[in-house]
Amino acid sequence: MVSLQINTTRRRFLTETARTVCGVSLFGLGLGFYTQKAFSLPPTSLRPPGALSEKEFQAACIRCGLCVRGCPYDILKLADIIDQAATGTPYFNARHAPCEMCEDIPCLLACPTNALNKSLTTIDDARMGLAVLIDHETCLNYLGLRCDVCHRVCPLINEAITLEPQHNVRSGKHASFIPVVHSDKCTGCGKCEHSCVLETAAIKVLPAHLAKGEIGHHYRLGWQEKAKAGESLVSPDASHEYNLPEGLKYEHSGKGLIKN
Amino acid sequence: MKLTRRSFIKTNAIAATAAAAGITIPGINNAIAKTSSKQIRWDKAPCRFCGTGCSVLVGTKNGRVIATQGDPDSPVNRGLNCIKGYFLSKIMYGKDRLTTPLLRMKNGEYHKEGEFTAISWDKAFDVMADKFKQTIKEKGPTAVGMFGSGQWTVWEGYAASKLFKAGFRSNNLDPNARHCMASAVGAFMRGFGADEPMGCYDDLEHADVFVLWGANMAEMHPILWSRLSDTRLTKEGCEVHVLSTYKHRCFDLADNGMVFTPQTDLAIANYIANYIIQTKSYNKEFVNKHTNFKKTPTDIGYGLRPEHPLEKAKTGSGGKLSGISFEEYKKSIEEYTLEHASKISGVPEKNLLALAKVYADPNKKVTSYWTMGFNQHTRGVWVNGLVYNIHLLMGKISEPGNSPFSLTGQPSACGTAREVGTFSHRLPADLVVKKKAHRDFSEKVWQLPEGTIPPKPGYHAVLQNRMLKDGKLNAYWVMCNNNMQAAANMNEETLPGYRNPDNFIVVSDPYPTVTAEAADLILPTAMWTEKEGAYGNAERRTQFWRQQVSAPGESKSDLWQLVEFSKRFKLEEVWPKELIAKKPEYKGKTLFDVLFANGQVNKYPKQKITDDKGNVYQNDEMEHFGFYLQKGLFEEYRRFGIEGPKKGHDLGEFDTYHQVRGLRWPVVNGKETLWRYREGFDPFVKKGNDVQFYGFKDGRANIITAPYEAAAESPDKEYDLWLSTGRVLEHWHSGTMTRRVPELYRAFPDAVMFIHPNDAKKRGLRRGMVAKVASRRGDIELRVETRGRNRPPEGLIFVPWFDAGRLINKLTLDATDPLSKETDYKKCAVKVMKA
Amino acid sequence: MQITSQQHLFASKRSWIQHHKWLLLRRISQLSIFCLFMSGPWFDLWIIKGNLSSSLTLDTLPLSDPFIVTQSLFAGQLLTSVTLTGALIVTLFYIFAGGRVYCSWLCPVNIATDASSWLRKKFRIKSSSLFARNTRYWLLFTAFVMAMITGTLSWELINPVTLVQRGLISGLWISAAIMFAIFLFDLFISRNAWCGHLCPVGAFYSLLGRLGFIRVSAHNRANCNDCMDCFAVCPEEQVIKPALRGTDQLISPVILDINCTNCGRCIDVCNKSVFKFTHRFNHNTYVNKPLNQEPSQ
Repeated sequence: MVSLQINTTRRRFLTETARTVCGVSLFGLGLGFYTQKAFSLPPTSLRPPGALSEKEFQAACIRCGLCVRGCPYDILKLADIIDQAATGTPYFNARHAPCEMCEDIPCLLACPTNALNKSLTTIDDARMGLAVLIDHETCLNYLGLRCDVCHRVCPLINEAITLEPQHNVRSGKHASFIPVVHSDKCTGCGKCEHSCVLETAAIKVLPAHLAKGEIGHHYRLGWQEKAKAGESLVSPDASHEYNLPEGLKYEHSGKGLIKN
Repeated sequence: MKLTRRSFIKTNAIAATAAAAGITIPGINNAIAKTSSKQIRWDKAPCRFCGTGCSVLVGTKNGRVIATQGDPDSPVNRGLNCIKGYFLSKIMYGKDRLTTPLLRMKNGEYHKEGEFTAISWDKAFDVMADKFKQTIKEKGPTAVGMFGSGQWTVWEGYAASKLFKAGFRSNNLDPNARHCMASAVGAFMRGFGADEPMGCYDDLEHADVFVLWGANMAEMHPILWSRLSDTRLTKEGCEVHVLSTYKHRCFDLADNGMVFTPQTDLAIANYIANYIIQTKSYNKEFVNKHTNFKKTPTDIGYGLRPEHPLEKAKTGSGGKLSGISFEEYKKSIEEYTLEHASKISGVPEKNLLALAKVYADPNKKVTSYWTMGFNQHTRGVWVNGLVYNIHLLMGKISEPGNSPFSLTGQPSACGTAREVGTFSHRLPADLVVKKKAHRDFSEKVWQLPEGTIPPKPGYHAVLQNRMLKDGKLNAYWVMCNNNMQAAANMNEETLPGYRNPDNFIVVSDPYPTVTAEAADLILPTAMWTEKEGAYGNAERRTQFWRQQVSAPGESKSDLWQLVEFSKRFKLEEVWPKELIAKKPEYKGKTLFDVLFANGQVNKYPKQKITDDKGNVYQNDEMEHFGFYLQKGLFEEYRRFGIEGPKKGHDLGEFDTYHQVRGLRWPVVNGKETLWRYREGFDPFVKKGNDVQFYGFKDGRANIITAPYEAAAESPDKEYDLWLSTGRVLEHWHSGTMTRRVPELYRAFPDAVMFIHPNDAKKRGLRRGMVAKVASRRGDIELRVETRGRNRPPEGLIFVPWFDAGRLINKLTLDATDPLSKETDYKKCAVKVMKA
Repeated sequence: MQITSQQHLFASKRSWIQHHKWLLLRRISQLSIFCLFMSGPWFDLWIIKGNLSSSLTLDTLPLSDPFIVTQSLFAGQLLTSVTLTGALIVTLFYIFAGGRVYCSWLCPVNIATDASSWLRKKFRIKSSSLFARNTRYWLLFTAFVMAMITGTLSWELINPVTLVQRGLISGLWISAAIMFAIFLFDLFISRNAWCGHLCPVGAFYSLLGRLGFIRVSAHNRANCNDCMDCFAVCPEEQVIKPALRGTDQLISPVILDINCTNCGRCIDVCNKSVFKFTHRFNHNTYVNKPLNQEPSQ
């Protein structure tokens, strides 16, 4: 009788423990899947300046919202569970309100952890994302119109966004000023996206990993390497000479044949 | 047996490429990422691929090429590369590089049907030398032969030429350039008496009008195309005219795009000449002073086997020219009116007229470009010539912007195949075996007894395969090419020839190509910067490079193989007694002693090879042979251009080329030549002559009339479509290198069939379906592509040939231009059906 | 019968306020913490910034939630000294005040679960718990393991406790919705499910409570009339029994179970004044006799 009771108790204990462990494991599995999804920060959600890489950021951010309090322009928002950014983490939407690039970076200073990396001391070095002129078909400048709003609102005008004049083949008489974003300068503040005059912005700030390609590690750009080195990497060319009629000369590394 | 062998090759090739391309080279990316560029040694080299001749800087670290960059100082490419050139650093590191000689063996002995077994070089050369000696002994020197390459370095081609033409006394040496440049060569020789273009790439900036005749520069010469496009975009009034048998990427830029019925380019070119004459626009002074009118025999057949009905039906033969008057010339092309040309070609009259007008406008500088559309043509020499006719009639030649310009597809089709003369009928610097004076001169330079070089041209590429099949060519060495995938009609000619039990086939290659799989002995070969080299590009630019890294395993360069193999032959084993008697001092010597240790080639002792930054480079051949082999060969070869009977082929000194970004020959007193035959630009033109085509004694070029003649095989009721083959930008030739670069493989994995949507629909085919393409010679299965880069008209399909898993050369016809012996890969009749 | 009348007799003796003293204090505590956080955004009175995860009081005192910080450490982040200091201060506080004081005096979810428990009693809604009490420790373990595996604060993606807290501070209906969901779950599906069985936050704080200084003691257990009111009101009723009924086994009257939330409801409801707040070392009973001299029956 007694042994039976003990048996029953032990069985109940074992069953209950198994039930709990199974349930919790299933829960953990589901949580794991959900977590993986949460790493995919939606491209329209930008992190505050100095944010670590998304994965590290999510680990270091303790969702306290001090950065949100730090932002004098109320641009940052903590993600709700229904938002696509990881729950509780700060983000901003450039089209809605761009980063104003405060000199003292108060949001970063407010961060109690290193999720917003304190080694960022100059806001110009921030890389919140990268502006990309995504739609060439609707960009007014690509069409030859003189908009260039994105260029002019850029806090790093002529550095982060430059205008490259190109011959407008269609009109034959005008230059098109093609906005070109330079990733070594663009902070991803989103001023350009915010101010794009189109119904839907043609220029968008995307997270750098979406915006940026990476050249093969097996290849270098010859002219850049030459500029870096300050001279040709391979022996200065012996001078080239040519058989030429009088009145003509030939530039080896220039225009080629030219009239004197 | 035929079937099993074929499927064997097919599956092997697929497995090889898939394995090689699917997996990235382990470790290499990480290794590069950790290396700062300062630790990398940079040196220059020309690109390994096409004939453009872009220069790249090769980055080497720890004995491995880990990076490249476009050479910013190169006048050809100014730091740019196409996507193939971008991946140069990966071509040498495919996973399936061959590292040891492989012989077909059974029970420890060579056996034609044996399994490939690793052996030593010693054993490989023993077996190989045995076969060559036995063959020469039993059947004479015409039973040995070699198929070489426009990818050989200059000295490799030169060494091969010496070894075969002088050593084995066999002219059965032909390069794969036969498949690509022979028609251009033929037309240059007939029209100007000297090979290679008169212009240079600077024409790309100086021309007002560009006309592309059967050249898809946008994909095949991408860097030149970007130069041409820039001129079109920036130069006022610049026009681009594109002629092709299907729409391709060049049509995007074309002001006048024309799709014509295959073979009717002959009629279109004649129409333009006719228009020029009828409108009296031609340059009378130029024509009178600098040209002769000639006609060529017609109805000359299609270079097929003699028993072929088409060959039996022909009435004329050869290319012997006879002089005619201007009036006769005028009359000969009178029938090519606008209406006639438009009707026969299918090109609207207004387009043809626009084209004729730009040629006829004396104020417009016109540069014409062509590649395989003209050269791979049963009337290739003719059609090349017809464009020269137009330029000569207008005097639009040999000056900046006015150039008929034949582009090349291989990195050294010009530098090696043509300039060194590795064709079955040629010797270096435009000399030919047929002419006694030329043989005499060559024998003099080579210090050989008179009569060493046989006077009869050897077997050309297509004939070699036929002779292999017929058992007349028995010891055969294939080097630096992939002819089993390239040569037309593989099923009926090439494969039976290679597998003929009477034959011993040696293939030298870095990778197990379909050709290597069909061989009896495979020799592992060093490639590109694993050896010191020199290439000559399409604008006569000779470019050198130093050896950067060691070849893997026991791989040896083609040069090493050729020269080392020569040591295996005593003169007595390959030369008749009478010949040796003329040079008794050669008695008992080896071919190596006579050809390479001749006091000239071995003149330059071992030296330290350095650049001006003090980096030291290896030279495996110098190390092995004990002298600076490359320099010796080049300096001896140079004598042909300077002292030879054909003037205007001067090259610079060996050492200079290592210090410059290439030089355009003729190089006289260190000065390059940009435009040939024009006074001032060309030092060989006598003062006061203005223009002098000094390839001929009278200094005049030939305007050669030739009519339109039908293609060898045209679509009929059963085989109702034209098949044109060619390349794509991502892959180079048979894809042995580019298909081993994972990124390029991913970019264009397998060959497809570009077909007009209506043609597909008629056959119940949709895009992406696998369909069967069949000709009278074979069939393969391919995916249907109705969109994309190439848009054929109804009645024509285009299939690229890079894919070893889909060998389109099972279908192609081995019809050749009877003059140039170059195969027409652009025209044969096929049918397409559901697979 | 007699007992019942006695209860009423006593009941009438104590005022409503007395009866709800600790409950009211707790509600005041929960509300004032919320107000402290909201005074900034509402009145521009920035006494404290941030939220319960991490905050900065008067721009000097950093406070961080040790549970989140621990997760972050498991995720491989070393964090900063400020955060760690903040977490240490909070930890020390809870060691003093009793770990699960967090649950009953701070956590806003507590209001919802208290409400459902009250309604359950009122409407006699009976259903047993679906979960074992120790489920929360499994979940706590899972939270740490997931942080380690995923390298991020996995649990925080769905943690209703922090979601509610943040939601309240950033003023969103989300937190109300989540609180309501927990309320309904506790009310109709499983009794005391969230706070008493599942919440790993509470589980974490309970572990700090192992050393909790301030404790409830059934110091007057001799007076207990077995009315069971304290058991009925206690969210962790299993914690009372050893202290209240442990006289025979010579068990201390101090409630040492780590899951006691120090809510004080037992003190409120007990008409015999059995319970009081004291510290963990005060083992004395009301009669001030050494424990071992307590007569047996």
